[in-house]
Amino acid sequence: MIKAVMVMNTQGKTRLAKFYEYLSVEKQQELIRGVFAVLCSRAENVSNFIDAESIFGPDSCLVYKHFATLYFVFVFDSSENELAVLDLIQVFVETLDRCFKNVCELDIVFNYSKVHTILDEMIFGGQVVETSSSEIMKAVEEISKLEAASNAITLIPKSASGWRSR
Amino acid sequence: MSGPSLMDSLFQRSLEDIIKGLRQQLIGEQAFISKALDEIRKEIKSTDLSTKSTALLKLSYLSNLHFHDMSFAAFPALEVLSSPRFSHKKIAYHAISFSFHDSTPVLLLITNHLRKDLNSTNEFEVSLSLQCLSRIANVDLARDLTPEVFTLLSSNKLYVRKRAVAVVLRVFEKYPDSVRVCFKRLVENLENSDPQILSSVVGVFSELACKDPRSYLPLAPEFYKILVDSKSNWISIKVLKIFSKLAPLEPRLAKRVVEPVCDLLRNTGAKSLLFECIRTVVTSLSEYESAVRLAVGKVREFLMDDDPNLKYLGLQALRIVAEKHLWAVSENKEVVIKSLSDADPNIKIESLRLVMAMVSEHNVSEISRVLVNYALKSDPVFCNEILGSILSTCSRNLYEIIVDFDWYVSLLGEMSRIPHCQMGEEIENQLIDIGLRVKDVRPELVRVARYLLIDPALLGNSFLHSVLSAAAWASGEYVEFSRNPLELMEALLQPRTSLLPPSIRGIYIQSAFKVLVFCLHTCFVRGGSIVPSASLNNLPAGVSASASYESFDEFSVENGADVTVVHGQTRASAPITKESIVNLLNLVELALGPLLGSHDVEVQERARNLLGIVDLTKPEVLNSSVQEKDDSEGKGVETSQIIKLMHDAFSKELGPVSLSAQGKVSLPDGLVLKENLGDLEMICGDIEPPSSNSFSFGSPYEEKDGLSFSNLQIKEDSEQSNESTSLLAEHRKRHGLYYLPSGKSELISNDYPPANDPTLQCDINDNDDNLVKITAESLVPKRKPNHGKPRPVVVKLNEVDEKPVAMKQPESRDGSLSGAVRDVLFGREDIPPTSSQSNLSNKPSSKRKGKEKQHTDPHLESKENVIDDGNSSSRRKDRSHGKERRHRSPRKKNFEERKDTDQKEKEKSRRHHGRHKSRQRAEEPLKVTAQTPVIPDFLL
Repeated sequence: MIKAVMVMNTQGKTRLAKFYEYLSVEKQQELIRGVFAVLCSRAENVSNFIDAESIFGPDSCLVYKHFATLYFVFVFDSSENELAVLDLIQVFVETLDRCFKNVCELDIVFNYSKVHTILDEMIFGGQVVETSSSEIMKAVEEISKLEAASNAITLIPKSASGWRSR
Repeated sequence: MSGPSLMDSLFQRSLEDIIKGLRQQLIGEQAFISKALDEIRKEIKSTDLSTKSTALLKLSYLSNLHFHDMSFAAFPALEVLSSPRFSHKKIAYHAISFSFHDSTPVLLLITNHLRKDLNSTNEFEVSLSLQCLSRIANVDLARDLTPEVFTLLSSNKLYVRKRAVAVVLRVFEKYPDSVRVCFKRLVENLENSDPQILSSVVGVFSELACKDPRSYLPLAPEFYKILVDSKSNWISIKVLKIFSKLAPLEPRLAKRVVEPVCDLLRNTGAKSLLFECIRTVVTSLSEYESAVRLAVGKVREFLMDDDPNLKYLGLQALRIVAEKHLWAVSENKEVVIKSLSDADPNIKIESLRLVMAMVSEHNVSEISRVLVNYALKSDPVFCNEILGSILSTCSRNLYEIIVDFDWYVSLLGEMSRIPHCQMGEEIENQLIDIGLRVKDVRPELVRVARYLLIDPALLGNSFLHSVLSAAAWASGEYVEFSRNPLELMEALLQPRTSLLPPSIRGIYIQSAFKVLVFCLHTCFVRGGSIVPSASLNNLPAGVSASASYESFDEFSVENGADVTVVHGQTRASAPITKESIVNLLNLVELALGPLLGSHDVEVQERARNLLGIVDLTKPEVLNSSVQEKDDSEGKGVETSQIIKLMHDAFSKELGPVSLSAQGKVSLPDGLVLKENLGDLEMICGDIEPPSSNSFSFGSPYEEKDGLSFSNLQIKEDSEQSNESTSLLAEHRKRHGLYYLPSGKSELISNDYPPANDPTLQCDINDNDDNLVKITAESLVPKRKPNHGKPRPVVVKLNEVDEKPVAMKQPESRDGSLSGAVRDVLFGREDIPPTSSQSNLSNKPSSKRKGKEKQHTDPHLESKENVIDDGNSSSRRKDRSHGKERRHRSPRKKNFEERKDTDQKEKEKSRRHHGRHKSRQRAEEPLKVTAQTPVIPDFLL
């Protein structure tokens, strides 16, 4: 089972955080800081694993990938395969890339909801339900259409956001 | 972005505005966020759902990425959820799924919303609802929504169905009774041909099997089919996970799967699947030599790979293999040892663990030597990692692998001098522990202690202070083994000891006390044997003298316990003359005088004690040295009397007493505990035991010497006056049965080979090849040379021998879940028609509200019918076969196991839903028969 997904930049700013078990926001912040402290001390071209048991307790593994200014971090337990999760990060990033056409940190900053939607299509309650990035794309587009359609019904938009969100 | 403006009041800020504002940072992040939060609080009360949902979205953003509590928005989130619009629903579900938890007060209000969306025709709405359920479901939600989940499990939309399968995991976990409803359909999905559904189901089963593998043994044929047929790596990995849990439980199953796993191992191109195969073989199929060989071959490929991930995982796999097949490590030792200097800390630590796994009593000294040299060169973190693993490996099981303790003690000394060393406390414990346990090592211990004490540079390193305290204690306690007590005294009183914390300084002074008494005793009581040599001015000559003693080291080590005798006779050791005693006394006065005003009570007290004895003896010493040849016998005798008493007090070896000793003493007749405490006080006199535990204060050496400090304190107390010493002796005489004889339960192991092979001793350089060579030699079992020094006696206390029983209690929750699963899988045909069957269908419905009844009951009944009709006949057949073959399987084990689960169940039911109790009791007869796992004949 996947325990958490985090995306943070090289300055330690959180860009995405999803924990599949409830944790208080304080605890989340503490964990993310703990992870970042280890991440930023690691050199390039070393393995993509971190000893996560000191941060997340027993039976936890952590795999991360470093892309440009972002760290993608997946935390999971012994019922996942490390290398498969590494591939999963690749799928996630590829999907983001297809979705935003050459994804960069700003895309993730400004498309909070969409990034979450993509992730939710892949991982459902800690279980991986979809590993094909084209399937994910299809579903995400459907959902966006549905959102837009449901907003378009509004005759007099109360807020500017109604017009802006795609 | 500006302050409050017309725009702000007219138009609500969107999430994008917030993000932009945060990025511009005009007024600082915190200020901006609190302003935004204020706005959100207002907006979220709005009656307009669009405004409300936008506010909720902004709030989720701030909560998710800036960690602000959003529990205040729980109810508004529910309101947004009730909106008919998809975009609102999505925002609400997003907010709810990461802010709701079991104690959210409005949690139960969500049930109907979820139910409505689960029944929606829009698959994305269903998906949102399921997603939310998978995050927040508690007992009530899981119970109330089980019927909906059950329906969705056979939905014809794949998108929904795979999510319904995934949500089952949470529903089962929270509400085990739902197994009775949903399990059958879940299993049906195992036969689905769609890879997505299959992946989802297999994922759920791998999670379930992780927690309680035994319950899923009957499904082995289905899993086997998937393993053989699967084209998807993802599914294969998950099935392998399941088999690695199941195989150890059922040897026939292991035999059956070993072939397909090996096929996968040979043929797959995917590294992830390959690694999973390796892991399955090394963890669960390690009895199959050929499979292990094959896996280790693949591990080797991983180790040779340039990808650090593969290398790391390869090392990990090797560590799992090492437990049962050490040859696999030795075959790959070059790589392992090269990895010690890898750039990646993970790889370094993993290879360190492997190197430590190779350690045996034959090669411990060589490996330690090389590792210590590595430690000298590496960064502080890894250095301490190395030291820590050496310490823990060597001390394992009461220094099981150490034969040559002299070597080990000097290694400890050496380790503490490594600049990055932070393992001071562990070294301290081991130094004292070895000193107490191993008599033969004491001369060497004193030598190492002196070596540490005389170096003033060490005093500045705060990590070493605890080591120094051990060294000070050892040099005081075993001063009779010292070759030059005067020099020790000088070290203990050197001016830089002011750098030490007071508690350790106290130990220094106390040790100085012991050394002084020893010197005086040697001089006065055994005075006749000492030739006064006025020409030797010992104190200043201490250092140079010690240099010359180095040459004796080899010699003295060889001679072991004879050291003192040898030196006593050869006179090479500094003879203690009257003159040197005078110098000594002056030194003490000089060094400790200022401490009489110390702010620390401990230091002041001990300094005062020491100066007290100096005051007492000094006149006598001066007196007798002046009139050496004259009479004045009377006074001299008196002084030596005192010194003799003191010396006896110190030299009495206090036997170790185990912590549980008192409990073993049966209560004597006529002794009424908790009465006559006045008598006790009389016995104890002025000694105040620091804690109730140390009632047996004659036994300061409890087996671990983290307590050494308090021990010293007690000891000091008992030595402060002669009265208390005699009281102590009296106490021992009276209550002798509370004391353990010191030499009890000693283990003598003979015929140990020498740890230091002379041929290898010379190569102390630290290149990799060297270690490779060393391990290569030592891993090949050598002929034991018989002339080796026997391993010294290691005193053990009964306490230590008892291994801590680390039986982990399985979670009680799983108990009831697995119970439910077993009921469904095995128990169906055994159910006595009257009790459980009726219970199953009646009880839940009677517990439920009327309107749910219609939902639940048809499902329940139909499902039970399916099981009874479809499976029971075949299962029953299997079962009888299984039973015949299982004649050997110990019934007792099953029985115990059943008791165990029952107990867990009871616990669980008591805790969570006591109202099910009666029902569970009714099921108990069912379980008696249901526990034997049945593997269909297919597998045989």
